[in-house]
Amino acid sequence: MNTLSNSLTKAQNESIASNGLSQGDVSDFFALLKPRVMFLVVFTALVGMVVSHPDVNPLLAFVSLLMIAVGGGASGCLNMWWDADIDAIMTRTRKRPIPAGKIQPNEALAFGLTLSAGSVLILGLASNWLAAGLLAFTIFFYVVIYSMWLKRSTPQNIVIGGAAGALPPIVAQAAVTGSVAWDSVILFAIIFMWTPPHFWALALVKSGDYERAGVPMMPNVAGPDSTRFQILAYTVLLAPLGMAPVFFGFGGLAYAIISLIGGLGMLALAVQVYRLREGEPAMRVAQQLFGFSILYLFLLFATLLAEHGFGFFQPVMG
Amino acid sequence: MTDRNSYRLTPEEEQRRKRRSRALGLTLGILCLLLFAITIAKLGPQVLNRPL
Repeated sequence: MNTLSNSLTKAQNESIASNGLSQGDVSDFFALLKPRVMFLVVFTALVGMVVSHPDVNPLLAFVSLLMIAVGGGASGCLNMWWDADIDAIMTRTRKRPIPAGKIQPNEALAFGLTLSAGSVLILGLASNWLAAGLLAFTIFFYVVIYSMWLKRSTPQNIVIGGAAGALPPIVAQAAVTGSVAWDSVILFAIIFMWTPPHFWALALVKSGDYERAGVPMMPNVAGPDSTRFQILAYTVLLAPLGMAPVFFGFGGLAYAIISLIGGLGMLALAVQVYRLREGEPAMRVAQQLFGFSILYLFLLFATLLAEHGFGFFQPVMG
Repeated sequence: MTDRNSYRLTPEEEQRRKRRSRALGLTLGILCLLLFAITIAKLGPQVLNRPL
């Protein structure tokens, strides 16, 4: 926190000290929820619901989805509260509301805790307590296990912490069916396996940032070459796993084609990242893998949504 | 110890506080509607079926 208060401008510190009033605008509080991550949470949770073909009141399904989104946002808010000191150091994050001096850490803490409790409670009332418990576990895992413990202590931080980002389809399925089935577990596994190549591709490009902040990302600890090998290894596992919904019967013909082409694209880029190790081309291909990994995951889930939500499903197996 | 009453908000701070208050009011309103809608959706017509 010393680093944080040092990073604020004199005027900001004086303003906060003099009146004790919040300096934050509504948009700053919204930014605390990490809207882009929240979109990903809503999107993957929606697919988790749709593949379950639930017989549930649409309003209750909508409220459940909303609460999963709010719970995801609350996790992001608490993560920003805890990581404000390192966010102030990294170029990618120094404009976030707390290091920028727009919102005080205590405000973010209260905001995040209130939203966490509220989202879990309302999800329990709207759907069931299994889903509410899973949402509470997701928030706990992201904030305590990942942010407070793993992130600053091991290069495996995003591998294990990735479980929190992968849980929304399971929470969503539990919300609309009252149980957890194989299809949402497979969606969990796909996001879990996708996380390391996605984040390590970014870490290769931004390794200086993480180094300055003292975050032990894989390229800073094991070195870029070892990271490149591990990116390739995870991608080799991810590509066939991405096709698993086809073999489990809930991925149709369109999904089979998209996951095959997307998986080959991921593999091709991961091989390029492994081979190109020097200078600008190495950075460029890592950036490309980062960008393509987002597109890949989006396409997999969007195809499942189209197949199950809009009637485009054509069975491949059986 | 700062005397909070002596501090005058700048116009920009006034505006931000107003926007925060509106957002909070709107959120609380939506929360009430949401809880009402959940109750109706969960209980359905049974919500009216009770001894008076």
